[in-house]
Amino acid sequence: MRVKVWGCRGSLPASGPENNTYGGNTSCIQVTQGDTCIILDGGSGILRLGKFLSPEIKEIHVLLTHLHMDHTMGLGFFIPLYNPNIKVHLYGPSTSNEPLVNRLRRYFSPPLFPVRLSELPSHPIIHELNKSEFSIGEVTIQSEFICHPGPTLGYRIMSGKSVFAYLPDHELQMGASNFPNYPEWTSGYEIAKSADLLFHDAAYTSKEYMTKIGWGHSSVRDAIAFGKMCGVKKLALFHHEPTRSDEQLEYMLKESTQHLKLDFEVELCAEGTVYEFE
Amino acid sequence: MPAQPLELILARQFGDSLSMPCFLVDPDGNLLFYNEAAESIFGLRFGETGGMRVEEWSTVFKPTDGDGNLLVPEDLPLVQTISTKSPAYGSFYIDNLKGDRFQITVTSFPIMGRPDRFLGAMAMFWKTEEL
Repeated sequence: MRVKVWGCRGSLPASGPENNTYGGNTSCIQVTQGDTCIILDGGSGILRLGKFLSPEIKEIHVLLTHLHMDHTMGLGFFIPLYNPNIKVHLYGPSTSNEPLVNRLRRYFSPPLFPVRLSELPSHPIIHELNKSEFSIGEVTIQSEFICHPGPTLGYRIMSGKSVFAYLPDHELQMGASNFPNYPEWTSGYEIAKSADLLFHDAAYTSKEYMTKIGWGHSSVRDAIAFGKMCGVKKLALFHHEPTRSDEQLEYMLKESTQHLKLDFEVELCAEGTVYEFE
Repeated sequence: MPAQPLELILARQFGDSLSMPCFLVDPDGNLLFYNEAAESIFGLRFGETGGMRVEEWSTVFKPTDGDGNLLVPEDLPLVQTISTKSPAYGSFYIDNLKGDRFQITVTSFPIMGRPDRFLGAMAMFWKTEEL
């Protein structure tokens, strides 16, 4: 299994020379295993992903964690959606009332976007998920609702013995009792436990978080505590604030880890990084 | 033990932050949590009991009628909510483990998750003399 980062910025694309190391595109991850191509989220990073996709690929599975703009804004610019020879599946969280296809139509319609879903050369195949387990090729996927405003899923991607967990937007303090002491009562634990690699929301410093409780995001310190609770092998901090420069991100990580003795790796997620699993 | 679904985690968080008594159970009626305000009625801290099966908690907390007769679990609003997946309401007495007796009024409701998953139930209750 191969995991490539095409976007790890949160909220809004933030291009600029001060963001060259970690990148400015919003959430988009490519997971490949043999002929299987899975894309996690359709943030602005999906534009470049679409440009560099192998011409051999005829079927693509796009799994959306939720429908906030930074996770969907790139969909209309995803080239395979305009290629009738490529079958595109779109997965996203179900709700009690409104079908996913209707919620996606809000984006694919004026004034937000000129092309309607029905005007695409072939309509994407829509799959609604909640607490689900399913397979795409040799990859098994588990999804579960996690703590973030509006219906939001976390994904656990498994291939052979390798596990990749994806929780890009997740508020740990709101979704846990006595965090980080009770795994059973912590949102996202089932998704991330014992993962080889965890991408987790780490938008804020601990001080910033105190003024943004309920906004759906976590601090670097909480993300690290969650990684430790889950027994992950590697944690890559995700959802970088759009106002934060490379230098500021590195300072944040240093400040948060300098007094910790960790038995797993912690790093800042960076656009272009590739992780390979056996 | 597998983690609880988000809806129950948030229900526990909600209950934990209230000053009114609250009680949370899973789809089988097993006790998952009760808050500090409920502890004062039951005469027992949640930390001392932890989770309990429905057969246990419905007798440990000794719900009785006005004549002191023990109520069967099916007479309790929360157990009714579990079986019908509908809100229920009732009033009865609790003989707690400290030997105190309270009349309480209970409102229970199902916890339905997206898109239509029955995940458990929550009961809010009051000492009747406070009403």
